[in-house]
Amino acid sequence: MSTSVVVTGLGVTAPNGLGTEAYWEATRQGVSGIRPVGRFDASQYPARLAGEVPGFVAKEHLQSRLIPQTDHMTRLALAAADWALADAGIKQDEMAEFDAGVITAASSGGFEFGQRELENLWSKGSKYVSAYQSYAWFYAVNTGQISIRHGMKGPSGVVVSDQAGGLDALAQARRQIRKGTTLVVSGGVDGSICPWGWVAQMAADRMSTAADPGSAYLPFDRGARGHVPGEGGALLVLETAEHARERGAEVYGEIAGYGATTDPRPGSGRPLALARALRLALDDAGVGPDEVDVVFADAAGVVDLDRAEATAINEVFGTGLVPVTAPKTMTGRLYSGAGSLDVTAALLSIRDGLIPPTVNVTADPAYGLDLVTGAPRAAAVRTALVVARGYGGFNSALLVRAAG
Amino acid sequence: MTAKAFTLDDLRRILREGAGEDFDLDDDIDDVTFVDLGYESLALLETGARIGREYGIELEDETLIDAETPRRLVDAVNAQLLATRA
Repeated sequence: MSTSVVVTGLGVTAPNGLGTEAYWEATRQGVSGIRPVGRFDASQYPARLAGEVPGFVAKEHLQSRLIPQTDHMTRLALAAADWALADAGIKQDEMAEFDAGVITAASSGGFEFGQRELENLWSKGSKYVSAYQSYAWFYAVNTGQISIRHGMKGPSGVVVSDQAGGLDALAQARRQIRKGTTLVVSGGVDGSICPWGWVAQMAADRMSTAADPGSAYLPFDRGARGHVPGEGGALLVLETAEHARERGAEVYGEIAGYGATTDPRPGSGRPLALARALRLALDDAGVGPDEVDVVFADAAGVVDLDRAEATAINEVFGTGLVPVTAPKTMTGRLYSGAGSLDVTAALLSIRDGLIPPTVNVTADPAYGLDLVTGAPRAAAVRTALVVARGYGGFNSALLVRAAG
Repeated sequence: MTAKAFTLDDLRRILREGAGEDFDLDDDIDDVTFVDLGYESLALLETGARIGREYGIELEDETLIDAETPRRLVDAVNAQLLATRA
């Protein structure tokens, strides 16, 4: 019997809500945070909508020493980590420093900061590049800054697998806990809503060019036309069930199963590997398909990818037999922030007995999914499967289960 | 360009702009080490770059690291300003 790893703290910075309860309230109500881009002038770009975190003033959350050395997405991550630890009731002086680690996911790093410093380099010269560029842009910076801030020197790291990363980080955290680390802050907070990040994302040719926020990102809909990028995500506190019990912590649920696969080379003729990732996650948890109450879909919003996901879900669960939802229709796709935010939504679905809706979408019956659209659906959720796919063939699935 | 004298208040301003402050820099900080003020080597490199840009001098990394306190850094900067003026 492997060690049971549970979630005891949540910290959210999402485009439709700053803070866990604000996010969850908006998500239950079907309130979207997708709007015209505000972080830079996107009027000359084909894609002009984004999910940006509202009302975040860095100085309200972070001391002035951290402001010059951090990218916007790191500031969001630091706030999310603070909130997750506070939510878990973890105080720094109560943990031995090597018993706690930090494992986050990243897709790009601090691009807005990096772009500004590259502009300084090429327009003014090397003397004008911030010394903090040395790490502010870096993939691992969120892990590093959270680790420093909270004195967490246990096993730490960063995983990079695009949108699959948020789940892969949680799985890596679970591995480290099973190897003997007491507690890990894990998940992803991402964001590169700046010209450099924008063109990098456009290169994949999956971004929606729609002007109307209400119809720009429509996964599993006949009108699917790509996705809207967003920023933010969630950080979670993971620990052993035993440690949580000993300190009397409230438990949101258990990280019960995980599976990851990589798709074959395009054009190889070999089948896609997503269904296998779903099965691996179920098998890892010892759970049958009929025991899963809801699937949080990756929801690419691109016809071929939507079809591949629907096919995999139907193959594993039977056509239309499991409720499917994509609350990310309210945030946009958050890259490495997506998986941990969906896990958060899944845990809150368990807590409150409801499945949040997929907004703006009219489900195309051709996919054969029982898609929860329009309004939340009351349901006794005990087991939820979260799916995330990363550009380049990454497939990950993570199963969460009610505690006890 | 005419070199200006570099004062502790100039250093306070540049530290705030480039690295922020953990402790109130308006206190008597002349002889408190940068380490005790919460500034690591990177903060000093950034501060040195900003001083250099503003005063038209090139501060060596060693100068910054060896200075250890605000008073000694101000003295080192002024010494270099004098040398460039000479």
